[in-house]
Amino acid sequence: MKKHFQQALSNVRVLDLTHYIAGPYCTKLLANYGAEVIKVEKPGEGDGARRLGPFLKDEPHLEKSGLFLYLNTNKKGITLNLKTKLGIKIFKDLVKWADVLVENFEPRVMPSLGLDYETLKQINSKLVMTSISNFGQTGPYRDYKASEIILYGMGGAMISTGLPERPLKLAGSVVQYQAGTVAAVATMGALIASKFQGIGQHVDISIIETQECSADRRTTNLLSFAYSGGTTFFRAHRMGLLIMPHGRYPCKDGFVEYAGGEPVFWPRWVKMLEMPELLENPRFKDLADLSHRGEFEAIFLPWLVELTKREATEKAQKAGVPGAAIQTPKEVVNDPHFNERGFFVEIEHPEAGKIKYPGCPFKTERTSWEVRRPAPLLGQHNEKVYCDLLGYTKEDLIKLKAMGVI
Amino acid sequence: MSRLPLEGIRVVDITVAWSGPFATMLLADLGAEVIRVENRRHFPPATRGTMARPTKSVMAGSVGASYPNREAGERPWNRFSWFNSMGRNKLSMTVDLAQPKGLEIVKDLIKISDIFVENNPPGTMDKLGLGYHVLKKVKPDLIMICMSAFGNSGPYRDYKGFAPVMEALLGHTWLRGYQNSDPTQTGVPVYHADACGGATAAFAALVALYHRKQTGEGQFIELSQAESMIPHLGEAIMDYTMNQREQGPLGNRSPFKAPQGCYKCKGDDKWVNISIGSDEEWEKFCQILGNPGWTKDERFSDMLVRYKNHDELDQIIEEWTKGHEPYEIMHLLQKEGIPCGPVLSEGDALSDPHLKERAFFLQLSHSEAGTHPHPGFLWKMSQTPPVVKSPTPCLGEHNDYVYRELLGKGEEEITQLKKEGHIGTDYLPQII
Repeated sequence: MKKHFQQALSNVRVLDLTHYIAGPYCTKLLANYGAEVIKVEKPGEGDGARRLGPFLKDEPHLEKSGLFLYLNTNKKGITLNLKTKLGIKIFKDLVKWADVLVENFEPRVMPSLGLDYETLKQINSKLVMTSISNFGQTGPYRDYKASEIILYGMGGAMISTGLPERPLKLAGSVVQYQAGTVAAVATMGALIASKFQGIGQHVDISIIETQECSADRRTTNLLSFAYSGGTTFFRAHRMGLLIMPHGRYPCKDGFVEYAGGEPVFWPRWVKMLEMPELLENPRFKDLADLSHRGEFEAIFLPWLVELTKREATEKAQKAGVPGAAIQTPKEVVNDPHFNERGFFVEIEHPEAGKIKYPGCPFKTERTSWEVRRPAPLLGQHNEKVYCDLLGYTKEDLIKLKAMGVI
Repeated sequence: MSRLPLEGIRVVDITVAWSGPFATMLLADLGAEVIRVENRRHFPPATRGTMARPTKSVMAGSVGASYPNREAGERPWNRFSWFNSMGRNKLSMTVDLAQPKGLEIVKDLIKISDIFVENNPPGTMDKLGLGYHVLKKVKPDLIMICMSAFGNSGPYRDYKGFAPVMEALLGHTWLRGYQNSDPTQTGVPVYHADACGGATAAFAALVALYHRKQTGEGQFIELSQAESMIPHLGEAIMDYTMNQREQGPLGNRSPFKAPQGCYKCKGDDKWVNISIGSDEEWEKFCQILGNPGWTKDERFSDMLVRYKNHDELDQIIEEWTKGHEPYEIMHLLQKEGIPCGPVLSEGDALSDPHLKERAFFLQLSHSEAGTHPHPGFLWKMSQTPPVVKSPTPCLGEHNDYVYRELLGKGEEEITQLKKEGHIGTDYLPQII
């Protein structure tokens, strides 16, 4: 890590009113590259992610949720009750301080608190306000409820994912993480307009729209359908582009994934199998004639089952075939490649101790990714923010606490 | 409305397949002038087609559906949905990088550009003579984004990988599947790593640009697509590092909801997702169904037992959903605040009233592919809303602009460059 370089975003101030996953991942990206992020949480309860697992040693505790700890590194944390008049006043002071405000409440919430963009821009005309919501700030489903599976079903490629028998969601919460990533892109764009053109604005991120135009194959399928009434990618037991295996296959000690649906890969398959005679086989001349796929599998499957997933990976990659072992989380964390690159980082947290976290998503020559602090304890930076930044006294803090404001 | 945030920023885009073109589409949507550098001698996989000139059997197969009316046309590379769905607002030039002159042309272009994005295997650019150390001399404040499958160092550096291969090694494939099944029973591959790698690369470019605007410094950015996606599996990774627990596939379920699933509806391949996260939502759900006897069953009385008896509960729910259409169920449940939504087919999405009201789809006319609705922008902005300046470019469509206006080439030089195979609007005849 090159500490002598100032981080890229170190003069960027972010007021973070996000919770759960999509919003916090957006502000985490900003924080990791230097932005000063102040996360505002509800007194006593905090971000709902604090109550979601996995918990350290399976012990439910506001400071021991792996999800929360992971999503909120590098942020400062304060508590503030936005249902009080004074809370709103304090919040508006923070809006004055901020370059960027990110929130992911349901769209009705900010206006109901009197904190809609039109009001906030009167306080800070250059403010970038990014609102992330399930369906966007307008439209008939604006106030509809959603969760990961619903977002993937309506926005993403779920109709074409899985077996014919039933659509299948992706793992975990990747749709919400992706929305957070896209929100970070849009926020950076708006920040550049704010800092260098003096324009403040409201950015509206609809999670389902970040999926409808996603390179995960939803956007290609949508356009294919508009083009031809059909799609290339649909639910099936196997991908049917060419005769070569495409998908997941069993080997000696696990499973291997193969990809690449282009003829250019065929000579590499032959090389990998060390069976040059296949190139001369008339039945494998037209690779798109899937009636010979079974014959090819009859050669390939017994070959693969003799190999460990590691051996199969080496053989595929040596021949230039896109193929690799299917790894479990344990294998990922202990993987020689990711570890040699120093991907996982250990972070010490006052309550949760030292834990390994996923690290930086890209390496920069300057303006490094850095771990400056672990996720905040609930209200950890109240004094720093309210006294040092906003000028309240310690006595004020006691009163604010007694009044239920912080 | 104001000038777009990246107006005046020029991006040289030499990316292939999906992740790179997705990244540069996001930059183009923010106003950058993105110039795709393409080569008539080289047909990269999964970009402007799976083949430059698809055979009859390829067209008869599933790939055929990616062409308008399933017709490849005279120039199939201009009619391919995978490419055309991510090409809006970009320009295209052709140049042969196998010839020294071609390299000089690209360097001349980089000299007057700001960002250079590539997603070829590590070392490709160095071998070509377009490595960062070379380009930095040409353009000292250049931002170069090098996005490969696994990064520029480490044992997997040279691994070939489309998104499914990355997702296999980084854990997504293991975690994504039906419950109690092995990875071979998951069906077709998915490509989240492309979406994630592309968006993360666009973010990286903007961070570097922000730094450059303040300091004048360019820089080299190395992005491993695999490492940009492991963060999307945060909680599963943390469960292992904290508790040494190996999570497995949960199918359509969530540990914090019950019932949650994808249920069959009335109609052909119609499905609805229902996701109940509290006892309050459960009670409302039971009311909507008319409180039949089973809703009183103590096997379903709270979240914990509902999760335990989930299989049985799924069957009962599906008996009900089978009699209704997905949209009907969504409106019925959402009225009571229960998270629910249809699994939208491509056709459903194209006519969905919410997406329509938000004007999400863009009706774009392409000179060789025709007029069709295209998936639209990933954000709305009140002051600098994204606009469509041009549809996806045909191969070499902007050669005139790049060679004449930007690089100042004269008539004679242009004739020569055409002869030498740089400038053209097709792939060379020998390219399959």
